Amino acid sequence: MNDGIALTEAIYYILLSLYTPQHGYGIMQRAEALSKGRIRLAAGTLYGALNNLCEKGWIVQLPVESGSRKKEYKLTEKGLQVLKNELKRLQQMVLEGEEVLREEM
Amino acid sequence: MQERKTIYKWFWAWDFEKEEAWLNVMAASGWVLDRVGFCKYTFVKSEPEEYTVRLEMRNHDRDYLDFMEEIGAEYIGRMAKWIYFRKKAADGRFDIFSDIDSRIQHLDRIGKLLTVVGVLNLIVGIANTFNYVNIGWINLLCATLLMYGLGRIHGKKEALEKDRLLHD
Repeated sequence: MNDGIALTEAIYYILLSLYTPQHGYGIMQRAEALSKGRIRLAAGTLYGALNNLCEKGWIVQLPVESGSRKKEYKLTEKGLQVLKNELKRLQQMVLEGEEVLREEM
Repeated sequence: MQERKTIYKWFWAWDFEKEEAWLNVMAASGWVLDRVGFCKYTFVKSEPEEYTVRLEMRNHDRDYLDFMEEIGAEYIGRMAKWIYFRKKAADGRFDIFSDIDSRIQHLDRIGKLLTVVGVLNLIVGIANTFNYVNIGWINLLCATLLMYGLGRIHGKKEALEKDRLLHD
């Protein structure tokens, strides 16, 4: 589903953040909290990523409530599948790394 | 009445990082950008280091301005295709780009515009020269300069692309 290509770190954390619906600023805060402050998504980067992810159908924009300009996004079934595949790939990578570097750890 | 001052200054499009750095030196000294015009920057008195200023080149996009507002950035204004934002430094770090891909895309946007304007100048310059219009050399000079700028943008882009082979 991800064609076997690794997700970028930014995309990985944006998708994780959208496991529950969030608006733009919420995604930034959630990604930072999930990664213990390591991932800081910049505004322009996040905006471009959200548009691309919507086009891919990995996330959807929820209907905007009247009187509010804030747009909320949510992970789709397809997006969840991509995320699960990526998690499997990452687990595999950790295992393989540990296998080689066992004595160094 | 807030204290204001206006400075006239020219930056080449490919020196946008220098322009941004200068605006942040001004903000650090207690003068934050409040309005932009052609080569014209109007500042308003603020606390030293109260704001971070960022600029980028982007086509007009109402959704994007709403998005920036939502995250707490204030839209200062636009000059041609360049847009300017400021955000209180106390709210945390303010950046527009946080990965290599979006930086490359931004350079591509600048490169595209330089190419279009450069090629137009080249065509007009050549046409004028063949028609014995004496000012044709001005367009050819502009075209040369824009091509130089394009080279600078490509250089920056190549450095980022090399980086991307190792990181994301």
